[in-house]
Amino acid sequence: MEKGKGLARRWAVEFAENSSYSSSTSDVPDPIGFNRSASDPDDANASRQKKDAESAWKAQKAWEVAQAPFKNLLMMGFMMWMAGSTVHLFSIGITFSALWQPISALQGVGKVFEPYKDSKVDILAPKLLFIALNLAALALGVWKLNTLGLLPTHASDWVSSLPPAPEVEYSGGGLPIH
Amino acid sequence: MGSSHLRPPTAMAIRARLGFVILLLLFFSATLSAALYEDQVGLADWHHKYIGKVKHAVFHTQKTGRKRVVVSTEENVVASLDLRTGFIFWRNVLGKNDDIDQVDIALGKYVVTLSSGGSILRAWNLPDGQMIWESTLPVSTPSKSSLYVPANINVGKDNLILVFGGSSIHALSSMDGQIVWRKELSIDSLEIQQIFQPHDSDVINAVGFVGSSEFVVYHISYRTGEVMQQSKASFESGFCGEASLVFDNLVVALDASKSSLVSISFKNEVINFHQINLSDLVPDFSGKVTLLPLKFNGMLAIEIASSIHLLRVKGANELEFVEKISHPFAVSDALPLSKEQQAFAILQHEESKIHFKVKSDNDLRNEILKETIQMDSHRGNIEKVFINNYIRTDRTHGFRFLVVMEDHSLLLIQQGEIVWTREDGLASIVDSTTSELPVEKEGVSVAEVEHNLFEWLKGHLLKLKGTLMLASPDEVAAIQAIRLKSSEKNKMTRDHNGFRKLIIVLTRAGKVLALHTGDGRVVWSVLLPALRRSETCGNPFALRVYQWQVPHHHAMHENPSVLVVGRCGHGFDAPGIFSIVDSYTGKVQNSLMLEHSVSHIMPLPLTDSTEQRLHLIIDAKLQAHLYPKNSDSLKHFFNEMPNIYWYLVEVEKNKIRGYSLENKAELDTAEEYVFQAKELWSIVFPSESEKIAVTATRKMNEIVHTQAKVVADQDVMYKYISKNILFVATVAPKAAGEIGSATPEEALLYAYLIDTVSGRILHRVCHQGAQGPVHAVVSENWVVYHYFNLRAHRYEMSVIEIYDQSRADNKDVWKLVLGKHNLTVPVSSYSRPDVMVKSQSYFFTHSVKSMAVTATAKGITSKQLLIGTIGDQVLALDKRFLDPRRSVNPTQSEKEEGIIPLTDSLPIVPQSYITHSLQVEGLRSMVTIPAKLESTTLVFSYGVDLFFTRIAPSRTYDSLTEDFSYALLLITIVVLVAAIFVTWALSEKKELKEKWR
Repeated sequence: MEKGKGLARRWAVEFAENSSYSSSTSDVPDPIGFNRSASDPDDANASRQKKDAESAWKAQKAWEVAQAPFKNLLMMGFMMWMAGSTVHLFSIGITFSALWQPISALQGVGKVFEPYKDSKVDILAPKLLFIALNLAALALGVWKLNTLGLLPTHASDWVSSLPPAPEVEYSGGGLPIH
Repeated sequence: MGSSHLRPPTAMAIRARLGFVILLLLFFSATLSAALYEDQVGLADWHHKYIGKVKHAVFHTQKTGRKRVVVSTEENVVASLDLRTGFIFWRNVLGKNDDIDQVDIALGKYVVTLSSGGSILRAWNLPDGQMIWESTLPVSTPSKSSLYVPANINVGKDNLILVFGGSSIHALSSMDGQIVWRKELSIDSLEIQQIFQPHDSDVINAVGFVGSSEFVVYHISYRTGEVMQQSKASFESGFCGEASLVFDNLVVALDASKSSLVSISFKNEVINFHQINLSDLVPDFSGKVTLLPLKFNGMLAIEIASSIHLLRVKGANELEFVEKISHPFAVSDALPLSKEQQAFAILQHEESKIHFKVKSDNDLRNEILKETIQMDSHRGNIEKVFINNYIRTDRTHGFRFLVVMEDHSLLLIQQGEIVWTREDGLASIVDSTTSELPVEKEGVSVAEVEHNLFEWLKGHLLKLKGTLMLASPDEVAAIQAIRLKSSEKNKMTRDHNGFRKLIIVLTRAGKVLALHTGDGRVVWSVLLPALRRSETCGNPFALRVYQWQVPHHHAMHENPSVLVVGRCGHGFDAPGIFSIVDSYTGKVQNSLMLEHSVSHIMPLPLTDSTEQRLHLIIDAKLQAHLYPKNSDSLKHFFNEMPNIYWYLVEVEKNKIRGYSLENKAELDTAEEYVFQAKELWSIVFPSESEKIAVTATRKMNEIVHTQAKVVADQDVMYKYISKNILFVATVAPKAAGEIGSATPEEALLYAYLIDTVSGRILHRVCHQGAQGPVHAVVSENWVVYHYFNLRAHRYEMSVIEIYDQSRADNKDVWKLVLGKHNLTVPVSSYSRPDVMVKSQSYFFTHSVKSMAVTATAKGITSKQLLIGTIGDQVLALDKRFLDPRRSVNPTQSEKEEGIIPLTDSLPIVPQSYITHSLQVEGLRSMVTIPAKLESTTLVFSYGVDLFFTRIAPSRTYDSLTEDFSYALLLITIVVLVAAIFVTWALSEKKELKEKWR
């Protein structure tokens, strides 16, 4: 702090002629007849081009983002294959992360594509791809869950919680007590 | 101790799977073990030793060493007890049918017992109870027999022990039990009454009766058994068979009419009879007369109309009335004080007091000793007394009294005080039930909690030290002591896990006792007045105990109560006795003498509005009586009456009959509560080929969690779960005897599964070459039975599982999800469900005394069979071993299901004995009680001994182990929290520094 205070600027030398220094541009008035605001037709063309390039870039990026879960999918698949089909801590963790990732990704679909939102860019298709891929990942997770036997897809999963049927009749007796 | 395979308690449903994960997580930290570690013995289990009601007692107090008393009991136990404390020095339990006739001490170092109707004589070492010798006497017909051990011990000389019974006398060497001589007094219908040896002679005298009128005297050589002299005389009015030896040459007998005494003097082959009318002797004589078998010199005790009369014999024809002692009383045998003096004790009850009188035969008018003690009323009257003397410092005689009470308890009384008490009625438990303890009340003082907290922390710190191997040997001992003493388990309130309960037992003496499951102490006891001998009921005996009222929702302020059922007399038509006892206090709430007999008791699954359970009592005339008798219970009963059935197994007639109930009586009469039986069906077994050996049913209070059994590949089989299944095993009549009495071709065993509502035989299977004894246990949808296979010369256990085929097509997931199925619709036995049966047999090494199955609160935990082995131990065997679906090469999915590869015999793992190193002598029954904690079953097994423990068939998957170190957990948490705070503070500081850089 002490250091900063002591170093108050006293003077400055501007070596560069074409400086972007705001003071120089404002100090020197424009020549007469020069309208800075009037745009150059060429220049306008360039800016449009630039804009097109930007939107193309955005679209490309959006597609890239949309395809990102695919890599994830492959990796998840590999991890699942590694985890095997028996229930233990590792496989449970992987399966649940495989389920959680697509779900959280799907929840944030809007946010993911926010930067690429543009009136000219059609982000619906990448969005759909993104959603589709995440759904595929989710399906993979569910499939894994099923192979682990943790999904109630069998009759046994539904009947084992059913209590035995009550009996209408009651009977007692037996050998005489002695 | 390694566990083979972890298994979830139920099917492979989602829940179970998750449970499995949790299980796994738990077991990462817990040690895997099915058995107990040495230091865990006594933590959850207790074992109490008893001996039963004492029949004979012989004191051994001469030597300066340990003072002891040797007793034999009605439970066929011969035991040596410490006279100072009542503890058991040693104890030997003879077989079930090996009744002890007499016990004595020979040579001052052997205990000699005569058992099995006078046919087995055994000698046991007095200090440690080791058997020295045993000899079997060739007795043609077991009869009343006696032992005569000569009192004059000449050390070095081989003393002969005489055993007489019927018409034969055996003399055995007391050193090795060899039969030295045997004399068959070849007269038919001779009954030897007494053998005695006149002082310092080599001749023994045997007196007895031939037929009903002849009196015989034999003089037999003690060394050789030769009959030296024989004299006989007949008495025309006859004898009734009771006689008492008064002098060496005088016997007093009762005549055939039981109205007069006959004194028989015999001297030098001359026998003289002298008849004395009892009415001349005893004032106001009337009633039944018996001679008391007491050995007095010159004295006679006769019991007339339940009061005792002492008579003095002055000469052959001179008797003198001395004293009348009225009921209740007890008289001891004579005890020689000196050469010419004998003493005996008379004990007399007077309300809660007992008067002790010791008299000498020299002076009958006065007492040597007179004492009075107070006695608890719940011990009843005195049944027997044995006396022993000791020399006081002032050279006078002091006396000890060993007293057997009406409730079979044993007391030692000395100097007017009860020195010790043994609750030996608990050796003969008839039936048992359980009761919950009261709920803990609010308002525990803070100080107590603080103290407890400190103690608690201290205890856990010690335990932590133990786990971290830092504890010194002293501390290890302290840890063990804390674990064993743990006051937690002995509290008188309900606990969260349901481990603390009261076991209410009914003993043969008619006493009800409540035992605490924590340590087996007697919380209260009551000798039921209704089950005591009285004028209205001469021979009552206890039958069963049931839960009568279990307050649940209604009547919460009331204490639970139990119903004790007894019978007045031994016939099936004898009237019944009811007694209702408060489970918390032991107070008798109600007691009544029934007008009808009791041959069956059916607790119904109904309660009235005060939560009293409805009971149907079926009498010998096949009438059903409803209890409790109030209009409310009747209302509840009428709603269910069309659905109530009962059945009768008649072993003698080889028949099972089923009945329904009908009410013919008009309302508002006494007959309102009486229902008639209407016979519906009967099953008659062909008596030439089958004989009912055993029946078994499911326990009425058993809870089944699910009706589905999930088999490999998520397939479902529906269990046939019915409480109305009766398992009946019949054997071929030829093979009904002992093992080996029939050839394999003759032996057949049929197993039936019968629906007791409709009488339908669900399944029948025949085992060729198999015979009894059969033991069976039924649970859920399966039955396991144990029998002997004559072809394989081995015991076998078979399992039958029944499945309901009619439900098998309920396999559509969507229908099940949407609830469109009929699986929970009430089922009727008349719907004739299609059943499918799976069965399998396995060899089993042990013979079995009894079988039971574990029961848990919700029926989720897998089951174990409890097998009472012939060695009086309890073996827990996983039901998985008795799975009919076991195959030689199970598939992967079957393995996953937990199916064990097929083996021909069932394994007996030494660690799975739940009694570990202990023996429950004379094991009769095992009772399983579910705890509130689903994984745990309480097991109470009783015989002569009591043993209680708790077991977890699938291990305690729902709780942390008792050894879990809470202190470690607490410390870890504290350390972690502290670490969080410290690192947080550090990181704050560092961040600040960074910012200023």
